[in-house]
Amino acid sequence: MLIMRRQPAQLTKLMSTQAATTHAPAHADAHDGHHGHAGFWTTYVFSTDHKVIGIQYGITALLFLFFGFCLMMMMRWSIAYPGKPIPIVGPLLEKVLGDVAAKGVMGPDLYNSFGAMHGTIMVFLGVVPLAFAAFGNFVVPLQIGAPDMAFPRINMASYQAYVVGGLIMLISFFIPGGAAQAGWTSYSPLATTITTNGQTFWVIGMVFLITSSLLGAVNFLATIIQLRAPGMTWMRLPFFVWAQFVTGFLLLLAFPPLEAAALMQLMDKVAGTSFFLPTGLAVVGRHISGGGSPLLWQHLFWFLGHPEVYVLILPAMGIVCEIIANNTRKPIWGYKSLVYSALTIGFLSFIVWAHHMYMTGMGTKISTFFQTTTMIISIPSVIILTCLFLSLWGGSIRFNTPMLFSLAFLPMFGIGGLTGLPLGFNFSDLHLHDTYYVIAHFHYVVAPGTIFGLFAGIYYWYPKMTGRYMSEFWGKVHFTGSFIFMNAIFQPMFAQGMAGMLRRMADGGANYAAASVPGAIGGLSHTIMYFNQTISIAAWCLGLAQIPFIINFFWSIKHGKKIESDNPWHATTLEWQTPTPPPHGNFTKTPVVHRGPYEYSVPGRDKDYTPQNEDDAVPAKPARA
Amino acid sequence: MEIPYTTEPREDTGLFNAKVGIWLFLASEVMLFGALFSSYILLRVGAEPGAWPHGLLNIPLGMTNTIVLIVSSITVVMAWASLKMKDFAKFKMFQSITLLCAMIFVGIKSYEYHDKFTHYEFQVKNGAVLEVHDENGGHHELQLKTDSVLDGHLLETTEDGYVVHGHVIDPQAQAAVTHAWQAREIKEDHITVKKSDVTYKENYGPWHNTYMAIYFTLTGLHALHVIGGALVIGFLWGPGAGMWKTDPERYTNRIEISGLFWHFVDLVWIFLFPVLYLL
Repeated sequence: MLIMRRQPAQLTKLMSTQAATTHAPAHADAHDGHHGHAGFWTTYVFSTDHKVIGIQYGITALLFLFFGFCLMMMMRWSIAYPGKPIPIVGPLLEKVLGDVAAKGVMGPDLYNSFGAMHGTIMVFLGVVPLAFAAFGNFVVPLQIGAPDMAFPRINMASYQAYVVGGLIMLISFFIPGGAAQAGWTSYSPLATTITTNGQTFWVIGMVFLITSSLLGAVNFLATIIQLRAPGMTWMRLPFFVWAQFVTGFLLLLAFPPLEAAALMQLMDKVAGTSFFLPTGLAVVGRHISGGGSPLLWQHLFWFLGHPEVYVLILPAMGIVCEIIANNTRKPIWGYKSLVYSALTIGFLSFIVWAHHMYMTGMGTKISTFFQTTTMIISIPSVIILTCLFLSLWGGSIRFNTPMLFSLAFLPMFGIGGLTGLPLGFNFSDLHLHDTYYVIAHFHYVVAPGTIFGLFAGIYYWYPKMTGRYMSEFWGKVHFTGSFIFMNAIFQPMFAQGMAGMLRRMADGGANYAAASVPGAIGGLSHTIMYFNQTISIAAWCLGLAQIPFIINFFWSIKHGKKIESDNPWHATTLEWQTPTPPPHGNFTKTPVVHRGPYEYSVPGRDKDYTPQNEDDAVPAKPARA
Repeated sequence: MEIPYTTEPREDTGLFNAKVGIWLFLASEVMLFGALFSSYILLRVGAEPGAWPHGLLNIPLGMTNTIVLIVSSITVVMAWASLKMKDFAKFKMFQSITLLCAMIFVGIKSYEYHDKFTHYEFQVKNGAVLEVHDENGGHHELQLKTDSVLDGHLLETTEDGYVVHGHVIDPQAQAAVTHAWQAREIKEDHITVKKSDVTYKENYGPWHNTYMAIYFTLTGLHALHVIGGALVIGFLWGPGAGMWKTDPERYTNRIEISGLFWHFVDLVWIFLFPVLYLL
């Protein structure tokens, strides 16, 4: 009876909500207009629109990338010319940071801070937010034909947590003693026992950043699982979406152990626990119960740290794949191999972490296991790279800026990957561990690798975001400069590392130079030391080479060449089948997907691309015999 | 275009968006607590022989809390089932029991924390004279023949001494205890010790040893989850309940989602209790 009586009221409620929803599309334009007038704050700052959040992420991450790069440019001075005041910025540093930069000279403490923060900022505040959050936010919902992310408000919260985490990291530069000094890996007990509060800020900042990427990962995965347009089956997803899907799982499952580790390090730092402090460790002014394990931190850190590498590289592979298919005008070679390789990488990346720890004395049996898995994980990586290379075969390639960056990505990532093999083998790692060889290796993967992929993505999707192209000429200038100087920076580092130059030395190894210890065996030769200067000069030139990009990026918003249509690159994927820029809600009507993502140059069709939502029922030419 | 599947399930996955979201979130929570449990194992295995303490926690209290949480897990399902049967009053009733359980749990947990913060270890000098008052009103003095540890709850700090309810640790008897359930008939008395005889004192906070550290970290993080879950359930019970009138299906889904989280929090405790209290 009760139910019966209640029903009519509910029914009318239901009908009225239905009426409201059916009403909405009719007023779609007015709806957008409303958003346009909703004021600066709700439109640009507290927006729940995935495209706005994507752009927010993108710009913030680019700023952090630039900031992290500036830290490195200053550090390169200290490496090349240790003890000499930094020109131009030296006095400024002294004014802002005080004694650590007395007389404009970068002291070792400041060098350590900058080094730790360079790594942290580049990885957690620069590349991951740009690759995963920015491109993922802007592109993924469009590519799967969704109106927005599954949880728009969580999406906004994710960005806000990211900003808070970033601000905490930035503020830590100005507290007494400066920012964290124990490297981006923050190994305990060093990180715990440095008396300044930089590490505490670092840990709290990390908790916010981890929360941010956790919210992001849940959102992306739910979006890809739930919001695919009708007909968008799993094997019709563009590879970029697959890459983001695997990345999402890596972030979801690999980050929490670091959060746990961060909590424990925070406890060590502020509550006086000894999670990572061994028995017998003595620190002035502090009673330590001991019993903790420094190895525990390393295990937890690298449990995130290694999947993190694939978090950095997979989205870039996805971007490059899209651009190569589009600019060779042919289907990507081995789509299924790419997908299964990405999934395999995702799985295997969870069981290779301890190859970062061969030198810790964890035992040869464990080393052997991780050495084996490390070799196995190189197989799917090679498959992906091979597929992308083979995709070029026989294509009529358009050499525009995004394509140039994508093409450069392939050998750069190849170098980065192949030089990783000697590090993955226990026996050769013993020599190369913690040297500049390692730095060169992972920078080849991330800097000319991932970051080139990201630049490619920016040039490629910019027209969809703004309705204008970025300047081709300045894009090519940017590419040429970046390509030359990236290699001039990182190639000599392999030689330095093999000669035995260790990383994290503020004086660039001057203490170990053959010149300062005459007759010593294994001293760093004159040539190896000389590379310090050439690398630094190349780094500053790389900085100059970014100026055309920065100007191009902002100038083109208003003055770039207007695109001729909503699909300027003649692409097949769904993000190009929307109005430009896509309105709130993205598509004018729900797209229905009829085909795979890369139907380029299908024989018999009247144009060399067939968008995923084009219906077979109305073929342009009756060509299928 | 509006976001689809906010309330009704998608055909091929059979789930609405938030349900996918919460399961993914719980997967990451498993990794978070999993990492802490792994740390527990590593710390315990790596501890020096005999150094891992046993029997520091009150098992009946822990058991009570376990039962309280299991009851709340049942009521949270009943609450959701009541909504499915459109019985809002019953839902309110069940969910208030859930909230009550959450409060009892946090209350008991705070009492246990307080107990640890007032529980002290005093290192006492060789030759010190302790004043012992036993339960029967007896009174005698005890002179120590070696450096010893006085262990117990601090009752009072006087001008020149501490009054403790506890006992002087016998190292041999201590080493024989390897499991929490081994009955220990330790006589605890009111003991007064002079401040000048105490070389070091420390309570059983997280800084005391790695066992206390992991105990506080695990249960603290778990308690935060209990409080967070209770806040969400409380919000949906009180100020957020208006949605039952405007969009009952979605409201029911929300209750289901918060319930899933609540079950997870209970499940973590089901593992915490034996690991920290019993083993």
